[in-house]
Amino acid sequence: MTRVTRRYKFVASHRLHSSRFSADENRDLYGKCNNPHGHGHDYILEVSVGGPLDAISGQVVNLISLDRLVDAQVINDFDYKYLNADVGEFQELVPTSENILRVIEERLAAHWQSVFPGNGPRLEAIRLRETKRNVFELRAI
Amino acid sequence: MLITRRAEFSASHVCAQPSLTPEQNRELYGPAANPNGHGHNYVLEVTLKGDPDPVTGMVFDLKQLKEIIQRTVIEPMDHRFLNYEVAPFDKVVPTTENLAAEIWNRLSPSFEGGRARLENVRLYETEDLYVDYAA
Repeated sequence: MTRVTRRYKFVASHRLHSSRFSADENRDLYGKCNNPHGHGHDYILEVSVGGPLDAISGQVVNLISLDRLVDAQVINDFDYKYLNADVGEFQELVPTSENILRVIEERLAAHWQSVFPGNGPRLEAIRLRETKRNVFELRAI
Repeated sequence: MLITRRAEFSASHVCAQPSLTPEQNRELYGPAANPNGHGHNYVLEVTLKGDPDPVTGMVFDLKQLKEIIQRTVIEPMDHRFLNYEVAPFDKVVPTTENLAAEIWNRLSPSFEGGRARLENVRLYETEDLYVDYAA
């Protein structure tokens, strides 16, 4: 088993607020993450890829292609943005780290086969570090 | 129970496959294919799995683990140009994947038949890239 993990960074702001709840309910549920003008994090995204070792390159995944995919699908859209306003999915979806992970997974999965066709590299896990204390992981996608 | 010991070594390498042209290598590996090489501060994490010995309370003697890592990996690889000085990287491209597998192969004989078995080798090439390998 060989698994490659690549780390990326983006900085973004967000506000946790759901239109389904009252102002008081939002405050109770999300605490200071509900403050009206949002706040930001230095997010760290880890992408883990498994699969067979390519006999010629000696790699599980071509890092140039992986970087290009993650940059195009995630970093370019998320970096230095206010997620609630600037990223389409979060017009509806509350940008909790759980939901950010789901959106990242959907975006990567939608383009994975076109970048890595056949039985090559598999997206095995993605992890999002919101702060040093909060880590979220989505496995075996 | 899992125990993990960390070690570090610094080495240089070139990622280029001799069967490919310089342009193809450049496309595949980017600047890692630059012909005169470049270096990294590699960080190695060796994970063993086993039940603690009822008398010592240890899964494995960490002094002994440190000595095994030092003898089989750090001494041969630290401050070396992998392609020229460390077999099999005269023939095998020293990608992080291949290096992790080679480190596993060098470590694994020391744990055959013991209480603890080699569970995982994690090799960081940089803080932004690591490989987990288990045979």
